[in-house]
Amino acid sequence: MPKTGQESTSKLDKGKQSQRPGWANGLRQLYDSVVEEPLPDNFKDLLSKLDSKS
Amino acid sequence: MSDQVRTASEKADFKSELTQVVPHLRAFARGLCGRPDMADDLVQETMLKAWAAQDRFEPGTSMRAWTFVILRNAYLTDMRRNRFRGDYDETVAERILTAPAGQEEPIHLADMRRALLTLPPERREALLLVGAGGFSYEEAAEICGCAVGTIKSRVGRARASLTAMLEDGTMPRRALGDESAHRAILEELDIVAAGNGVSEPTR
Repeated sequence: MPKTGQESTSKLDKGKQSQRPGWANGLRQLYDSVVEEPLPDNFKDLLSKLDSKS
Repeated sequence: MSDQVRTASEKADFKSELTQVVPHLRAFARGLCGRPDMADDLVQETMLKAWAAQDRFEPGTSMRAWTFVILRNAYLTDMRRNRFRGDYDETVAERILTAPAGQEEPIHLADMRRALLTLPPERREALLLVGAGGFSYEEAAEICGCAVGTIKSRVGRARASLTAMLEDGTMPRRALGDESAHRAILEELDIVAAGNGVSEPTR
């Protein structure tokens, strides 16, 4: 039989942490929106030139 | 020095891993400096430096963390050296506040970007690494070359500032013209100039 009573008290400590502010997703989105941008051509060019730079 | 010359296949592996992290480098750089053009220059510089230093990359370790260190150091060097130090508060704030016309973006993301750029650089960086990049406190500390406790405190302060700005509506009207942000930037530059605060990825 799992005891659930104790668990809920220990969650009180974590309550503050798990309350993610509303903007937390926005921050992530901001980052992800750049990650998901298609790579500009000048980056592709640079990558293709790297081999000759060694 | 190079008793360990990389084989062609190792170079190919390195290149493919580097290619994969480029979008993350762009996201991190843009978060750091706020200007897409400058951010991309920084990323290209980082890619070249990473390529040149590839013998010092340990295969199997995190390419993203390794290249973030290089990017970060390049950014700090630019900040310290650059003439953009002088027009920082003006130009950057201007560009941020006049959002490009026709660029459809939920308003909260624009606010988010603006709020982020008002943070002192070291807090912004810590929050980007942990809150956006998904690094652990330990990894972020390693990237920034500081103690885990320092990262935790920076992230905590950054979060408190953002909450105050975005949820309690104390968003400053100007981004980096803000006196305290400017002071923080100068303070950081002093730290860097003293030789601290720049971590070494390739020791």
